[in-house]
Amino acid sequence: MSKSKFTTIGRKILMALSGFFLMFFLLQHLTINMLSVVSPDMFNDVSQFMGTNPVVQFALQPVLIFAVFFHFIMGIVLELQNRRARSIKYAYSKPGTNSSWISRNMIITGLVVLAFLGLHFYDFWVHEMTVKYGGGDMSGLINPNDLDSGYRYHEELVAKFVDPVRVIIYVISFVLLSLHLMHGFQSSFQSMGVSKGKNFIKKFGNVFAIAVPALFVFIAIYHHLQH
Amino acid sequence: MNLTLKIWRQEDAKSPGKMVTYPISNIEGHMSFLEMMDILNDELIEKGEEPVAFDHDCREGICGMCSMYINGEAHGPDRRVTTCQLHMRMFKDGETIHIEPFRANSFPVLKDLMVDRGAFDRIQQAGGYISVNTSGNTQDANSLPIPKADADLAMDAATCIGCGACVATCKNSSAMLFVSAKVSQYALLPQGRVEAKDRVLNMVNQMDIEGFGNCTNTGACEVECPKGISLDNIARMNRELIKAKA
Repeated sequence: MSKSKFTTIGRKILMALSGFFLMFFLLQHLTINMLSVVSPDMFNDVSQFMGTNPVVQFALQPVLIFAVFFHFIMGIVLELQNRRARSIKYAYSKPGTNSSWISRNMIITGLVVLAFLGLHFYDFWVHEMTVKYGGGDMSGLINPNDLDSGYRYHEELVAKFVDPVRVIIYVISFVLLSLHLMHGFQSSFQSMGVSKGKNFIKKFGNVFAIAVPALFVFIAIYHHLQH
Repeated sequence: MNLTLKIWRQEDAKSPGKMVTYPISNIEGHMSFLEMMDILNDELIEKGEEPVAFDHDCREGICGMCSMYINGEAHGPDRRVTTCQLHMRMFKDGETIHIEPFRANSFPVLKDLMVDRGAFDRIQQAGGYISVNTSGNTQDANSLPIPKADADLAMDAATCIGCGACVATCKNSSAMLFVSAKVSQYALLPQGRVEAKDRVLNMVNQMDIEGFGNCTNTGACEVECPKGISLDNIARMNRELIKAKA
């Protein structure tokens, strides 16, 4: 019987499950962000709801933060284990003949996405936490003393994308996220033991991996051009 | 054809190794790669030098003994063949051929191109069998109906010869394709279901003890496998493990 709590396969299954959760979160995040293009008022209302709803703030948000940390820490742990499994490297190797660059370099695309998350958390999450829980302002208003000033979320979002450097960093990060998802989507299903409909999963995964980051990029560029 | 061989030479398991260059001439395209190695060794022996040690046995592509990482690929540039079935016509006159042992910490080099693949034996011993009574009352195989599709998939998995090309080619030195082929060939058949749970747990546990890396689903093993073992076996093993742990 297995002595360790998690086998190597068990760890891969946990990577896949956290990956599924993060991909679902991406869809939810994208849906709300698309509202900022379609209807700023609706975007503001939903942002205020998400930012003040106790279930979202104190149940879902910690789960999300845990999933993000778990996914990248486990990813790094697995990478280090994998590197340890071959101390002497080949003098001459041609990995391109049997596998894609994307599948072999999930750690690189993953670390770029992680660095982006640092910037993204600094841009939005740290600011939100400071205003709400540091400053005690749960109103979500541009001017907390003026009930007619309107919600601040859309205005703050647009302001972030005035700087073209930030937009470029966002675009590059989403291209890397796209590459990460191209392998990650289908790989998650394989790790979970799904072998039926492999071709469909691969095709759907490619559509997901291109469409979702592309729409995030569209939103960033849209706000940059609209300001 | 005339070739330049760059071969990994290592005195023994404890000594450091290095790539050594050997020119070789008059190689025919119809020779197998191992015949080319035999010619090189004859020349080395005639010169009083130590011949290159390499694994080989049946030379028919079925025993899984030959290995070698040739020009950056396990079993060389051809597909669905072992090194013994690789023909020299796959190479061009004047080409430089890099020859290294299968590399993984779980496959320690014994000498030159020979590696110890005992880790595979220990994984097999951990559960790659079925316990049957063979004391003269074994029932006729056809008395147990098995769907043709399952029998075919089990046979496909059973064609794994345990050569270790999957480990050698995987960037993580993962043994998942080998272990999954052994788990699958029994998991698909009613005779194997009896011990299915213990089998997958024990074989995966032994695989982890041996220090193989984690599978990251690059699919390189499937491409380089001389028997074309499918990645579907890995998915099946993962399902078996989830069922066993549940």
